[in-house]
Amino acid sequence: MATEGPLRVPIAADVDIVTARQEGRDLAERMGCSSIESTMIATAISEIARNIMNHAGQGEIAISLVTIDGRNAIEVVASDEGPGIVDIERAMQDGYSTGPGLGLGLPGAGRLMDHFEVRSELGVGTIVVMRKWCP
Amino acid sequence: MAVPILRQGEYLIATVQSAMTDTEALRLRDDLVRQVGQYRARGIIVDLTALDLMDSFAARSLRTIAHMTRLRGADTVVVGVQPEVAFAMVQLGLTFEDVYTALDLEEGLRFLDARTGKD
Repeated sequence: MATEGPLRVPIAADVDIVTARQEGRDLAERMGCSSIESTMIATAISEIARNIMNHAGQGEIAISLVTIDGRNAIEVVASDEGPGIVDIERAMQDGYSTGPGLGLGLPGAGRLMDHFEVRSELGVGTIVVMRKWCP
Repeated sequence: MAVPILRQGEYLIATVQSAMTDTEALRLRDDLVRQVGQYRARGIIVDLTALDLMDSFAARSLRTIAHMTRLRGADTVVVGVQPEVAFAMVQLGLTFEDVYTALDLEEGLRFLDARTGKD
């Protein structure tokens, strides 16, 4: 189903968060997403990339254009080999955080995107897949 | 790159660029809190006109700036939040209820003048 990319951005420092969200915005704009949609995608990437930094220390963000049932979407896959998430259901609740953040990262990114799923295994790592229809 | 901070009378004006990293956000916080005392500033404007998105870290840094400078006797007003940035912030869950905001630099200055009794 992938039709372009993926563009891979390694995440290991705070400048990488900026790079990842800018790459996401650039691709979204090239694909004809509106300015609001592009900003929503870039903001979601920023949150998820920071989660990688805070909880796993390093990981990767892969951004691509996919076509599902004839519709285009920007797909973002964030992966790390960190400790994993103990309770995904709680991690998806506003205000719940085991790190230094506001606890808005996962649930907030979920609200910004059209599709959002988290797969995590303790001691193995976490993968977040999120998509936004675009345009 | 550090966020440039301009002095104008009793006010400090910080102009945030599009790609602010977490480190730069924290440095802006530290610079502003220090400069309030150094220059005896009574008001701070953080201009976000050029900022292309606000995530939870940047928002928390700005709230901390507003709260810390308040404790040092200066009001902070955030100006220039772009429409798409505001839209994404609300979806994310960031409402900035306890931070003063104004449309742009001009309105921000007017707000501070009123707060500090200049008009």
